[in-house]
Amino acid sequence: MTAAAVDFRGVSFRHADGTPVLDGLTLAIQPGEVVALLGRSGAGKSTILRLVNRMLLPTRGSVLVDAQDTRSWDPILLRRRIGYVLQEGGLFPHLSVADNVAVVPRLEGWLPEDVETRVQEMLTLVGLPPDRYAARWPDELSGGQRQRVGVARALAADPPVLLMDEPFGALDPITRAELQQETARLQQRLRKTILLVTHDVEEALLLSDRICVIDDGRLQACVAATAFDEADDPVIAALRDARLRGKAR
Amino acid sequence: MDVIRFWLDHRAEVLALLGQHVLLAGLSTLVATAIAVPLGIAAAHRPRLSAPLVGLANAVQTIPSLAMFGFLLPLPVLGGVGSRTAILALTLYALLPILRTTITGITGIDRSVRDAGVALGMTPRQLLWQVEIPLAIPSIASGIRIAAVVAVGSATIAAAVGAGGLGEYIYRGLAMVDSTVILAGAIPAAALALLVDGALWWVQQRSTRRHRRRTVRGPLLAAGVLGVVGLSTWAVLAWRASDVVVVGSKNFAEQLVLGEIVAQTIEGTGLRVDRRLNLGGTLICDRALLSGDIDIYVEYTGTALTAVFNQPTGTSRREVTRTVRELYARSGRTLLPPLGFDNTFAMLVRGADARARGLRSIEDAAREAPRWRAAFGYEFLDRPDGFTGLARAYGITLAAPPTSMDLSLTYRALASGQVDLIAGDATSGLIRALDLVALEDTRGYFPPYDAVPVARAETLLRHPAMRTAIESLTGRVTAAHMREMNYRVEALRQPPADVARAFLAGEIVVP
Repeated sequence: MTAAAVDFRGVSFRHADGTPVLDGLTLAIQPGEVVALLGRSGAGKSTILRLVNRMLLPTRGSVLVDAQDTRSWDPILLRRRIGYVLQEGGLFPHLSVADNVAVVPRLEGWLPEDVETRVQEMLTLVGLPPDRYAARWPDELSGGQRQRVGVARALAADPPVLLMDEPFGALDPITRAELQQETARLQQRLRKTILLVTHDVEEALLLSDRICVIDDGRLQACVAATAFDEADDPVIAALRDARLRGKAR
Repeated sequence: MDVIRFWLDHRAEVLALLGQHVLLAGLSTLVATAIAVPLGIAAAHRPRLSAPLVGLANAVQTIPSLAMFGFLLPLPVLGGVGSRTAILALTLYALLPILRTTITGITGIDRSVRDAGVALGMTPRQLLWQVEIPLAIPSIASGIRIAAVVAVGSATIAAAVGAGGLGEYIYRGLAMVDSTVILAGAIPAAALALLVDGALWWVQQRSTRRHRRRTVRGPLLAAGVLGVVGLSTWAVLAWRASDVVVVGSKNFAEQLVLGEIVAQTIEGTGLRVDRRLNLGGTLICDRALLSGDIDIYVEYTGTALTAVFNQPTGTSRREVTRTVRELYARSGRTLLPPLGFDNTFAMLVRGADARARGLRSIEDAAREAPRWRAAFGYEFLDRPDGFTGLARAYGITLAAPPTSMDLSLTYRALASGQVDLIAGDATSGLIRALDLVALEDTRGYFPPYDAVPVARAETLLRHPAMRTAIESLTGRVTAAHMREMNYRVEALRQPPADVARAFLAGEIVVP
């Protein structure tokens, strides 16, 4: 078995003031695997993402990225190989669409013509024709378009790992469904290791290989997306019931 | 209009003062920006630092500007008479708005935007230059705009410490009681403030427009170029050849005339003279002389005794002069022989009142005083030989506590009937011009105020010819001459330099 891309080993995290957030999380994500983290707001899902790119360090236990403890990673090097898609895009309002996408390649010191080519590719990839969108400004875009730019920016330097923090949470249902479909198609081609935070069961089922439920700072259950319908686990069963009730309504 | 004619007649001077004004305000704003922006950025990242910093800047802002100049004058390297002190004071005032808007600009950045920068792998430095500063620029620009407008306004006060600028006209106008001259300075100063406000507003709008990619490079480059140009201009202005004699004066008509007489007399020996006329008050001149910012000015013996050296008043002329000469000598300054007149304080009333009630002496006035209001210059209220002692000596009580205002304004207040008693200069030309009467000091309260040039001893040693030239003035300026010259400046609006020239040419003849 190859080494896990991201490996949580007995990870606990408390805030500086002592508030517990995560308690003894153990979870290994394989290269190319998409894991959805499902749970209520405040369950500690975003904290898990921030532990991966060392924006936070665990209070106990360790997080391994490519078999190396995040404590021993240079945080800048680590973050440059981990794409991050924030809720509502988190675009830089003072940069054009093209410049937003170009941020990491430029930080990495790419040649200007390579950056240019890459921006064109990425915008095309996320369905924003560069000739129409490259020169636009974030506040001229719709929520869905901003989110596409956010994805393009996260993927621009071709990082092997992608963190997505409720990427489609703030979109209207139609746009959300559209983007979810496109992201699924994109992942078929790109085969990134993805950690996806969401509270939408449909989204988790559509995009992920594995669904993990986080509640109260603990990992409650983990199940392959294909096994979701049959799993006996009471936590999964409860989710399934809630989903069916939602559909019936 | 008189003002327009004045501008046309003084084109070169107006432009020079305007240039100085722009330089003072511009340089201080630049220096303040160079200090407050990095400080604000540091404070924005360390909340514990920001409260005390803003508090301190707030406190500085509340110091009245004249008091600020008073604090700064005696400072060794930074203080002194001239543009350095003015720029320092104006810079201190400009710090707060820039500091505050820099902190707000940085702390106001959306958290998700900063998080995105960190998550994409920006180093703290990259985050600062590529995200935080560009996003804070509109806010910082608004702070600089406020600071610049405040600096243009406050720069008018810089004339009090000899830094020039349009305030020069305002002070000169106040000294000469000439509203045309006041307006000649005040109108362009106000126009300049509006212009700067408008221009920076325009720049700010452009920097905020989303259709332009905001980079730090443009503004930085502009600031850098301005800084280099400004600093080199300042360096040139601040540089002073050592063989130049600097003549100072206080800020009223008589002092302007005496300053000119001294300056022109020294120029007659072939020395170059730099004029720092119109400096604030006695203490500013004294400190400037002590620190070497000026080499010579004309003081009055009684003023030196009481206000400069804090000695009890004496009434024997010879005694006072001897004491003052010794005290000056101790601090390396030489009292030159008296010019010839005694400018004692004159308690003044309206001529009409004096005639109607038969007022001749201060004793007569003490009878009427309970029904009177009075206004005095700031110095007269504070000085040991001022109003408190006078009231005790003559038993004067007034209807209300005396109002304090600029000395030159008290004459107008008396003439227009707003007050009934003022303390003016015995030699003031306005006494005649406004039909006022000086009351006799029958009890000999006021010490003698002989006009005497005071110079730095080392300057006199370096330039013996200057001493001889000044000594040639001994006894030549009589009280009658001085009143006539003051009358020409204050009532006939003749320039002090012309009046001084006429005097030295022997063209001022008095009975």
